[in-house]
Amino acid sequence: MSNHLKNLKLKIWRQDGPNTSGRFEDYIIDEISDEASFLEMLDVLNERLISDNKLPVVFDHDCREGICGTCSLMINGQAHGPERRTATCQLHMRKFKSGDEIVIEPWRASAFPIIKDLMVDRSAFDRIIESGGFITAPTGGAPDANLIPIPKPVADAAMDSAECIGCGACVAACPNGAANLFTAAKINHLNVLPQGQAERYKRVEAMVETMDEYFGSCTNHGECEAACPKEISIDVIALMNKDYRKSKVKNRKELSRG
Amino acid sequence: MTITLDSKIPNGPVADAWNTYKSDVKLVAPGNKRKFKVIVVGTGLAGASAAATLAELGYQVDAFTFHDSPRRAHSIAAQGGINAAKNYQGDGDSVHRLFYDTIKGGDFRAREGNVHRLAEVSVNIIDQMVAQGVPFAREYGGLLDNRSFGGAQVSRTFYARGQTGQQLLLGAYQQLARQIGLGNVRLFNRTELVDVVTVEGRCAGIVTRDLMTGEVVSHAAHAVVMATGGYGNVFFLSTNAMACNVTAAWRAHRKGALFANPCYTQIHPTCIPQSDPTQSKLTLMSESLRNDGRVWVPKNADDNRPAAQIPEEERDYILERLYPSYGNLAPRDISSRAAKRSVDSGRGVGPLKNGVYLDFSDAINRLGRNVVEERYGNLFEMYERIAGENPYDMPMRIYPASHYTMGGLWVDYELQTTIPGLYAAGEANFSDHGANRLGASALMQGLADGYFVLPYTIGNYLAPMLNKPIPGTDHPAFKEAEQAAQQRYQGYLDIKGTRSPDFFHREVGRIIWDYCGMERTQQGLEKALSELPALYEEFQKDLRVTGDGTSLNQTLEKAGRVDDFFQLGMLMCRDALEREESCGGHFRAEYQTDEGEALRDDEKFAHVAAWEWTGEPTKSVRHTEELKFEAVHLATRSYK
Ligand SMILES: Cc1cc2nc3c(=O)[nH]c(=O)nc-3n(C[C@H](O)[C@H](O)[C@H](O)COP(=O)(O)OP(=O)(O)OC[C@H]3O[C@@H](n4cnc5c(N)ncnc54)[C@H](O)[C@@H]3O)c2cc1C
Ligand code: FES
Repeated sequence: MSNHLKNLKLKIWRQDGPNTSGRFEDYIIDEISDEASFLEMLDVLNERLISDNKLPVVFDHDCREGICGTCSLMINGQAHGPERRTATCQLHMRKFKSGDEIVIEPWRASAFPIIKDLMVDRSAFDRIIESGGFITAPTGGAPDANLIPIPKPVADAAMDSAECIGCGACVAACPNGAANLFTAAKINHLNVLPQGQAERYKRVEAMVETMDEYFGSCTNHGECEAACPKEISIDVIALMNKDYRKSKVKNRKELSRG
Repeated sequence: MTITLDSKIPNGPVADAWNTYKSDVKLVAPGNKRKFKVIVVGTGLAGASAAATLAELGYQVDAFTFHDSPRRAHSIAAQGGINAAKNYQGDGDSVHRLFYDTIKGGDFRAREGNVHRLAEVSVNIIDQMVAQGVPFAREYGGLLDNRSFGGAQVSRTFYARGQTGQQLLLGAYQQLARQIGLGNVRLFNRTELVDVVTVEGRCAGIVTRDLMTGEVVSHAAHAVVMATGGYGNVFFLSTNAMACNVTAAWRAHRKGALFANPCYTQIHPTCIPQSDPTQSKLTLMSESLRNDGRVWVPKNADDNRPAAQIPEEERDYILERLYPSYGNLAPRDISSRAAKRSVDSGRGVGPLKNGVYLDFSDAINRLGRNVVEERYGNLFEMYERIAGENPYDMPMRIYPASHYTMGGLWVDYELQTTIPGLYAAGEANFSDHGANRLGASALMQGLADGYFVLPYTIGNYLAPMLNKPIPGTDHPAFKEAEQAAQQRYQGYLDIKGTRSPDFFHREVGRIIWDYCGMERTQQGLEKALSELPALYEEFQKDLRVTGDGTSLNQTLEKAGRVDDFFQLGMLMCRDALEREESCGGHFRAEYQTDEGEALRDDEKFAHVAAWEWTGEPTKSVRHTEELKFEAVHLATRSYK
């Protein structure tokens, strides 16, 4: 049966818009069921704020199942909070106890400007994908799906990387605000598959360079892997770097061939 | 107004219809395509695949989503899989069988022509997605793996762990991203459609609201595609993502698009039961779990022992007992009602006695924990995170919840609504699933519509418009629609009542769930139809939205969506009331067999009900499209 937590002290970042300065505000949650999710706790707060004629706290969320990657909170300094392998929306109040102080902030990264309160703009991720995070396969021309067998370990490796939900926790956790884990996960997903070979080096070059335009550089802290709700392994970054180095040689050769 | 609903299925045998259509369809020459602007609203599976393909063909495409990125659409949450008649398992599958299963699963309330085409193109979808790099599950030999889903006796479901929707959406999103990068698609994110504009009976474009600034803007186009998803959130608690709503389809409906079969909603049997009054959504546990999990409740009401202490002979494996040939894989509507009846009879399990068990102990004994973990590991983990219990040690608890809506905008064979130039694709249309959708068929339909149907059918509409001017956004119809939208949103701010949009949403949801949910009666529906208008009046008088309309305001967004849910909810109840039969997800308690199964009335109701908006939510007019069954025989659905 459910238990109730009492007297939670919330410190929440409030910011009216992209160009204004923000501040922390304090709120008390008198009582909440430990079955409630973290975001449901914020729903309860917001209902109260509306009934007090105040502005509710803005935060991004959608699926509340840990898959869409929309939710994005720093909770007590940790991206997505204290539970490993768990996005904010999947975090439940049973991970907290009565009287806890909880500090809630937006992702902090220069590539993710704050829109309002706890909501940030992550469209820089889309720019990276647009620059090469795909396989060119126009509709209609595909051969039979079983024509090219893919060894199970290869398909599994692609899937391990493809699980990335694009939430940005890796960037938020990184002291440099780097997006290497996100970018490398997508590159590795496509670069290990036979279907991805034709554009392999073009892809890595374009994506890495677009990433560098927006994000800080990776100095191997490894915070990203720990924060990733899908536990994408940091090994993908090494694979990306290897392909990137090769791309410089290969792409130049292709160019000289004309 | 007399409206004839012409499905426009080509004459001749249904199996030839799509080929006939494709060979007769008008074409737009490659060099001329860029003279046409097509708007795609929604970038889920249906919208992203349509936008990417139309842009590849050469059309100018503007795509809209209220999400921050196309990658977030609700499609991402689909877990279980996607069907296709590949027959890779050699277990007797075929296009005809998938067609037949879908018609039968839909309880003979879908249009044969559309469903046959869906089954035909299903095979192309898998080829397409593999070419794009979707990492579907594979056998050790490297070939694609399949599993089986409810309502089928073959293994035709392709999957990518428990995240099939994610992988398919990312595939379609990547293809769309490529077109955005090439400048062929302009993407408007965090932008919500708030109205559809018609000029001289044709769709001329849309009006949108920028969610960041509140700015209301018009967009003109030659054709508009609605791929805006389903309305399952009308129930408040559902497995849908929080932002799913009916506004886009509803605004089209109010501008003349008929809305078909709104009462056909699907209640999914395997969701985690509600645990707390503040709960905001329910989480689905994929139907694929029913491949290996066994559904049971104690034989005796008030058996409060933990599951493990209830001996075999005191358990009732409800689905295996009632439907021996399909067992735990009986279709969703049937399984949901079986669970509801067990709980209603006091045999529910869990602290609130609001669930039934889904037990994996036999599977773990038979296959070993490793195999079970390989198949369902991430689902088990998700369950544990939410319910706080470990399904390897004790059975899951599940209960039905709103999940999918078969009803939607009426469309013909070309996926065109009753407004020329306005198309609907994916869950937003009503076309393929009749009164009940089979598992793993929504992803298939969304991608079929977007990749393989719309790109042909839109050309047929556009070809005769070549080099003819279309109304621009300075046309009075756009200006009027902009003004109406501005007034609508300002109106919510001006009420200054005492209750939040969420308060009203919960209340509407409760009424619809109680009276227009898993089991419906005349009396209940009439009650709902008296309670809803009263509550709607209160909404219009007592709503409170704080903040303003010129900056990001999630409460204001929600107000508009709840408003439309109210109007839709009333239509759902009317539709359910007028359909005096039971079929698929629409179960009227008055119409059931002695064994408690749905009792159809083919004489009176073998038709689509398509509703026309007349200006008042309770006064819509019902039109019908007769359903003809030529390739399959109308039969009583049996899964025994
Ligand atoms: C939990 C869950 C699991 C599922 N599992 C499966 C499964 O295993 N197999 C299967 O086949 N099906 C499954 N389904 C069903 C399936 O996921 C959906 O039916 C399907 O993905 C819908 O796709 P869509 O493209 O039509 O709509 P969505 O993916 O819902 O996309 C809608 C799009 O429209 C946009 N939009 C909506 N309204 C507006 C507006 N007013 N203005 C601007 N943009 C707007 C949204 O931003 C979004 O981009 C599942 C559903 C749920 C809830
Ligand atoms: S809300 Fe979708 S991952 Fe958290």
